[in-house]
Amino acid sequence: MNRDKVSRVISRITQNRLFLPILALLLILLFDAIFIPGFFRIQVRDNDLYGRVIDIMRNASTVMVLAIGMTLVIATGGIDLSVGAVMAIAASVAAIMMNPTIIGVQLPPNLMKFINDPNFTYSPLWEVILVTLIVAIVCGLWNGVLVAYMDIQAMVATLILMIAGRGIAQLITNGVRIQIFYEPYAFIGQGWILLPFSLYIVAILFAITWLITRKTAIGMFIESVGINPKASHYSGINEKRIKLLVYTFSGLCAGIAGLIASSNIKTSDAYNIGKTIELDAILAVVIGGTAMTGGRFSLPASLIGALVIQAITTTMYALGVPAFALQAIKGLVVVLVILLYSEPFKAFLNKVTSEKSHQP
Amino acid sequence: MPSMSSYNQDTLLVEMRGISKSFPGVQALDNVDFDLRAGEVHALLGGNGAGKSTLIKVLTGVLKPEHGQIFLQGEEVTIRSPIHAQELGISTVYQEINLCPNLSVAENILIGREPMKRGMIDWKTMNAQADEILRRVLGMDIDVTRFLGSYSVAIQQMVAIARALEIESAKVLILDEPTSSLTATETQQLFSVMRKLRGEGVGIIFITHFIDQVYEISDRITVIRNGNLIGCDETESLSKIELIFKMIGRSITVLDDMSKIKEEMADDISEESVLEADDLGKFEWIQPMDLEVHGGEVLGLAGLVGSGRTETALLLFGIDTPDSGTLKMDGKTVRRFSPTNSIHLGIALSPEDRKDAGIVEDLTVRENIILALQSGQGWFKHINVQQQKQVAEEFIKLLDIATPSVDQPVKNLSGGNQQKVILARWLATNPQVLILDEPTRGIDVGTKAEIQKLVLTLAKEGKAVIFISSELEEVMRCSHRVAVLSDREKVGEFSGDVDEHVLIEAMAGSAK
Repeated sequence: MNRDKVSRVISRITQNRLFLPILALLLILLFDAIFIPGFFRIQVRDNDLYGRVIDIMRNASTVMVLAIGMTLVIATGGIDLSVGAVMAIAASVAAIMMNPTIIGVQLPPNLMKFINDPNFTYSPLWEVILVTLIVAIVCGLWNGVLVAYMDIQAMVATLILMIAGRGIAQLITNGVRIQIFYEPYAFIGQGWILLPFSLYIVAILFAITWLITRKTAIGMFIESVGINPKASHYSGINEKRIKLLVYTFSGLCAGIAGLIASSNIKTSDAYNIGKTIELDAILAVVIGGTAMTGGRFSLPASLIGALVIQAITTTMYALGVPAFALQAIKGLVVVLVILLYSEPFKAFLNKVTSEKSHQP
Repeated sequence: MPSMSSYNQDTLLVEMRGISKSFPGVQALDNVDFDLRAGEVHALLGGNGAGKSTLIKVLTGVLKPEHGQIFLQGEEVTIRSPIHAQELGISTVYQEINLCPNLSVAENILIGREPMKRGMIDWKTMNAQADEILRRVLGMDIDVTRFLGSYSVAIQQMVAIARALEIESAKVLILDEPTSSLTATETQQLFSVMRKLRGEGVGIIFITHFIDQVYEISDRITVIRNGNLIGCDETESLSKIELIFKMIGRSITVLDDMSKIKEEMADDISEESVLEADDLGKFEWIQPMDLEVHGGEVLGLAGLVGSGRTETALLLFGIDTPDSGTLKMDGKTVRRFSPTNSIHLGIALSPEDRKDAGIVEDLTVRENIILALQSGQGWFKHINVQQQKQVAEEFIKLLDIATPSVDQPVKNLSGGNQQKVILARWLATNPQVLILDEPTRGIDVGTKAEIQKLVLTLAKEGKAVIFISSELEEVMRCSHRVAVLSDREKVGEFSGDVDEHVLIEAMAGSAK
């Protein structure tokens, strides 16, 4: 009787959406606990927390931000390949607003001498953030219009901006990498209030997105469109507007990620900011268990997916894997993680849990 | 109809004994016996969720039974997989064709066995072989170089049959609702092929919802209900009434009630039309037509497949935008044609294709039921889960939807119950006009009668109902008036008690 209850609880846990992502994360952390001494050590410095685990979360913040937007896009059955390029555009816009001399804007001579001063910015910070995010939203709208209203396949439509975006980012800064000296801007990616500031951004973005998708009808409409667009249309759901919404939102997320990333490295680097990060974001969503064909999605699962990817990378660094081998070994680990999601493993899991429930 | 074959009637191709299979919470099959002789058409009947598909899945190796034995020509076998079943000579042709529409007929037949010449496909020989196979096996003469997709569903099915028999050398052929999307002529084509194969000793398991077809083609009938074997009879010795009784397990008094209700209602039909189409049409889609439906009335739309019934429904509901004429709802001209606007106006459409345009498979029963209600309210006026449950439970009770819980994904329900969920979705929006396109297609006799009765009940409550069905009898039984379509044009309008032959003549297009 009691055992029966236990096995029912077990099977409820294994059926939960979050089970596999958490299992994957725990397996990696378990590996770290065994093979990397001091992996979980956390230090307190000036009332702030530091350590490898904190690093994982901080370094994962850009991918987590992207994964939130990507989850909704993939849930509609689409994909957004342009997020990395949009990050680069956002970084360029932000940099140029703080230091526009590079594109020929003349500053009064009395201001020129402050150009490298950590307290100087040409536009106020709120304006920088606002304009950058608006530009990112426009990028997302562009993708959304192509996919929803021009009926272009998502992969092709977002590929356009993926390729063109980095060119646009360079055009904005006249092909120059702009260094960012303004200190308050650096706080976005490097600041610390007990925990890294970027984690608060992730938390707030997650909370807002969760509320919007689960406390309005939007989440259900997104899933419905992803599962059966025709039936959704027949039921009165404006599926084009839903698609426009998710791509626009994904653009916004890419803009936020661009702010974090450029603040982190204190420069607008159109080549390297967000390079191949779209694949990490997609992978995070996949590890989170949202099907690439669309449908049911889980935002927390995608966040854990992002942590899994970053945990793998950080583990590699901690083990001293040379940078040139990193990608190959990371690929190998990802394959192992993805195997957890394969049908044979699921069947095995079912068998194990159901065998337990058959015990007398 | 006795078999014409010269084969020994006692040769059992297949014998299934004591098959049991359960799913979590359901005993899908309970100690069921089934056998198939060489050279017979054996109809397998039962309501939705009766266990027909489970039995077939056991026979084709998709599912493994918990108990029971399977014998093929007297030898016990364990069927490991669908491929293994095929190797053993058991082939299935599904309702949804599992061939490639973008390959030629010849490629579809010989795929994997293409004749080669110098390392390349020998197209000439391949086409000749395919042509020969179709002629010899089915007595069919078509251009095998054309894309399979360019042929009608009937022809595609026959190509699938040819492949099953010739390439997979099947002795047992399972036809799963092969006629549900065929016209009468195509059905006859298929039947003549089935008769030919029967004469050659092939055993055919025929699954269908059409009782008339069972009597036309089958030699024996097996009925299962709720996972139990109800009986296996020679078709000759089983009357239709007995058969239907076996299938639904209760007498069908519902049907008798219906004409009475309909007559009583006739006086309550309102004078004013609720929905009125005036010269409404769309170029190369549907010819301009006048159509009106009143509150408390059921308007039937009759016509053959492709006659424009569905096109009319899509136009009235705003999926398509007309380019001529006007549509008035409650006397006001409709200006924007979209499903969203139709919901606001109080028009509902239960679409013809349940899978394609109806259910959202992975969403729960609850979500599927409130979908249209919610989309009518927009993105932000959210119906909270508690209210959703209330609405869903109300309709589950009202329509007698069989589901373990409101949070069950709708894909786990049987076809008839899925259909009811779609009806619930639209009833939840409390529409004034309800357009039902083939609401009874592919569902069992019992549920059919329930839905027909529901149609009348809804009209009795003052709603205007437009009822579309391929079954003439059903249209006539439910409708106060019947509009007949032919070749995408409205060709006549009759009162509901008109003689069947008049309607058929009109459908044939001679009443213009």
